[in-house]
Amino acid sequence: LDGRVFIYASENAEASELQMMIAVEQQKAQFEAQVHTFTDVCWDKCMDKPSSKLNSRTDTCLASCVERFIDTTLTITNRFTHMVQKGGMH
Amino acid sequence: MDGFGSDFSSGAGSGKMDTGTIMEQVKVQIAVANAQELLQRMTDKCFKKCIGKPGGTLDNSEQVTVMPVYFICRLMGWYMKCNFKPQIRCTFEHANVMLWDWVMLTDIFVCLLQKCIAMCMDRYMDAWNTVSRAYNSRLQRERARI
Repeated sequence: LDGRVFIYASENAEASELQMMIAVEQQKAQFEAQVHTFTDVCWDKCMDKPSSKLNSRTDTCLASCVERFIDTTLTITNRFTHMVQKGGMH
Repeated sequence: MDGFGSDFSSGAGSGKMDTGTIMEQVKVQIAVANAQELLQRMTDKCFKKCIGKPGGTLDNSEQVTVMPVYFICRLMGWYMKCNFKPQIRCTFEHANVMLWDWVMLTDIFVCLLQKCIAMCMDRYMDAWNTVSRAYNSRLQRERARI
């Protein structure tokens, strides 16, 4: 959903309210897309046999995996920004 | 009405579009895309889990217990059948014909495969929910810091 909406609304207020509502839905969709990515990666890390019920150990592993993934992303982003600012990228 | 985005065209008539209708369509489109994504990833993971290697759905202990039972039942004319509702179960049904039919060995594998896939789907949904909660709480913590 790229957010391009062509509206024939007679009042501008209604149009901007609509765009705000769509922005909220887009944010929810982005959250869900991230959850899909995290689940994909962390499933491989945390699940061994699919037979047993989701026990608390797997639960903890999944939650930790998400946290570490986000930490890694932030670390890389910050370091990359730092490298660019220092003019190290040609 | 020229220049309309085709995604959100409602019926003919007035040029003014109903906010509620547009939001409904937006939500439906997002929900469909989300479901497609979920199914695609779930299929990929569960295929790998359940069809990982040849005969991979049966581990050694299952092979020892299931196969003799199966052969004895087949000798007596009972065929294995899989039911899906209310839950996946493999049962034996009687037939009048007694045959040594090696093709029937696939009955067990198919039934256990379906069980494996069904269990895997449940586990994937559980994992998805756990990840969703973890991500949400992390976001809340980050916002609280700001």
